[in-house]
Amino acid sequence: MEKRVTFKGWLLPLALVFPQAFISAVFFFYPAGQAVWQSMFIPDPFGLSSQFVGLGNFEYLFSDPYYRSSFVTTAVFSTLVTVVSMVPALFLAVLADRLVKGAGTYRTLLIWPYAVAPAVAGVLWMFMFNTRVGVVSWYLGQLGYTWNHVLDPNEAMGLVVVASAWGRISYNFLFFYAALQAVPRSLIEAAAIDGARFWRRFFTIVLPMLSPTTFFLLVVNIVYAFFETFGVIHTITSGGPQQATTILVYKVYADGFVGQDLGSSAAQSVVLLVVVGALTVIQFRFIERRVHY
Amino acid sequence: MATVSLKNVKKRFGSTEVIHGVSADIADGEFIVIVGPSGCGKSTLLRMVAGLETVSEGVVEIDGARVNEKEPMDRDIAMVFQNYALYPHMSVRQNMAYSLKIAGLAKSEIDRKVGEAARLLQLEPYLDRKPKQLSGGQRQRVAMGRAIVREPSVFLFDEPLSNLDAKLRVQMRLEIRQLQAKLGVTALYVTHDQVEAMTMADRMIVMNEGRAEQIGTPLEVYEKPATLFAAQFIGSPAMNVVSGTLEGGQAVLPGGARIACCTAHEGPAAIGIRPEDTHADADGALEMAVDIAEPLGATTLLHGTLYGTEVAFTASLPGVHRMEAGTVLRLAVAPAAIHLFDPETGRRIG
Repeated sequence: MEKRVTFKGWLLPLALVFPQAFISAVFFFYPAGQAVWQSMFIPDPFGLSSQFVGLGNFEYLFSDPYYRSSFVTTAVFSTLVTVVSMVPALFLAVLADRLVKGAGTYRTLLIWPYAVAPAVAGVLWMFMFNTRVGVVSWYLGQLGYTWNHVLDPNEAMGLVVVASAWGRISYNFLFFYAALQAVPRSLIEAAAIDGARFWRRFFTIVLPMLSPTTFFLLVVNIVYAFFETFGVIHTITSGGPQQATTILVYKVYADGFVGQDLGSSAAQSVVLLVVVGALTVIQFRFIERRVHY
Repeated sequence: MATVSLKNVKKRFGSTEVIHGVSADIADGEFIVIVGPSGCGKSTLLRMVAGLETVSEGVVEIDGARVNEKEPMDRDIAMVFQNYALYPHMSVRQNMAYSLKIAGLAKSEIDRKVGEAARLLQLEPYLDRKPKQLSGGQRQRVAMGRAIVREPSVFLFDEPLSNLDAKLRVQMRLEIRQLQAKLGVTALYVTHDQVEAMTMADRMIVMNEGRAEQIGTPLEVYEKPATLFAAQFIGSPAMNVVSGTLEGGQAVLPGGARIACCTAHEGPAAIGIRPEDTHADADGALEMAVDIAEPLGATTLLHGTLYGTEVAFTASLPGVHRMEAGTVLRLAVAPAAIHLFDPETGRRIG
């Protein structure tokens, strides 16, 4: 039975809905509308007037090799961040799940990195790998490897991936750990009697049982890598070298606020908006089809 | 095919001892039911045989060899769980083939064995379904199929029927028993249901608070319960137990009724009388004031008290009897149907 609350007048329900509606309108609908509107104009260099160009900004965008390569960069970056944040998280969760003593302590310690803000985490990693004063780069130097993510695009990508994934491991760990605890013990026991040893049980029984969680995390982490890693990239590489770490969301910022090309920046926002929408649809379609066995 | 023997098996969780030393010898091909109320340690005992719990003290032997330190997979056993524990992402076929695949059998061999088990359990039409597409009884069969294909020496059942409805339970009870007889496999079966225990067991182990109260055939336990607990746990409706005294070969009940019984004991005793061992008799020694009559068709259950006391008493008489509350009824009990227990230890004294 669904319980329905009925109101006598219009005033109370409106008052209750207003705060949420107001915040959504001011911080989401208005900016999104502005982005769509601005994406169809090119402002003059002084921002005094703008000229309507229809879909011109989009045409220009997709013929721009830098923008297209930014798509590839984003795909590489988000794939790496997702893999690097999920695989160790699963591994750690499996280990923590086997613990009998001290599980609480390990759990708490493993969750800590999640409490560090992305920008702060970025600064931390930047200092550790700083080409002149970084601890890690100094040790690498001792080992005969010259670390320089300011010049080497691959090293830059590696560093931002690790810095972005690091805090995320905690988040994923938490979900995997909870999901592991929810796997019925009798299934594991049945598999043990059937002759499967630990890793075999893990791959044939436990991992399939985790699939709804894994899929959820996959989508959430991709979205994270797409949008929330701005702070890390901004502090460590600022999108360089040679735009090697300029993901789509960073390019919106770089073109709009640094390059002052508001029209193109707005058009990029709109493209991103569509991408988010598509990701969300995929997420709901799949999760609904996959609701636990 | 194997024997199983438990030698003073104990289990401790931390400093709490939950099984206080159980010993039993199970013959090859025997169907043993471990029965007791929840929390008596019956499942823990079974899990120790399976190797899912460590043995704190004592020895578990399968086919004469100590298995305490062996992994479950190396004990040559198969287990059917209460919730069936079917792998939800695998089809019925895959569920049954899982252990064979791990054992590295050839595809044709696996297909043959799974096919055979499916035929035996009438699961052939469902081989490609997932467990969630099956009914409770079918899932139960798949769990049994998964156990059968391994051709184990010992079958372990942990309350396998408790998730089924009453009708199906009766049917599956019979099927499990027939299957076990056909395969000739030694079986250990845990249940809290005394009817299951009575109907299925070759011998049963009645457990209470981590102790084996009695080990014997169902009829032995019914006719000569070794302890007060076994007496009251087995039999439905439960045995009447009243505290009385023994004087010169007679049992004196509260209210003063004297029933002849053959015992040399004197002094206080717990006196047990099964409701179905009483019969209406105008010259009977027992007087009962009836509160409620429950006609069950073939028999009528009479609930009330021993006349002139507050001591509850139940009698079961054949046929239909209609009785007003307050009716006083005379009942007779055969001397051989009187069970006597030591009121301190609960042990049988006659």
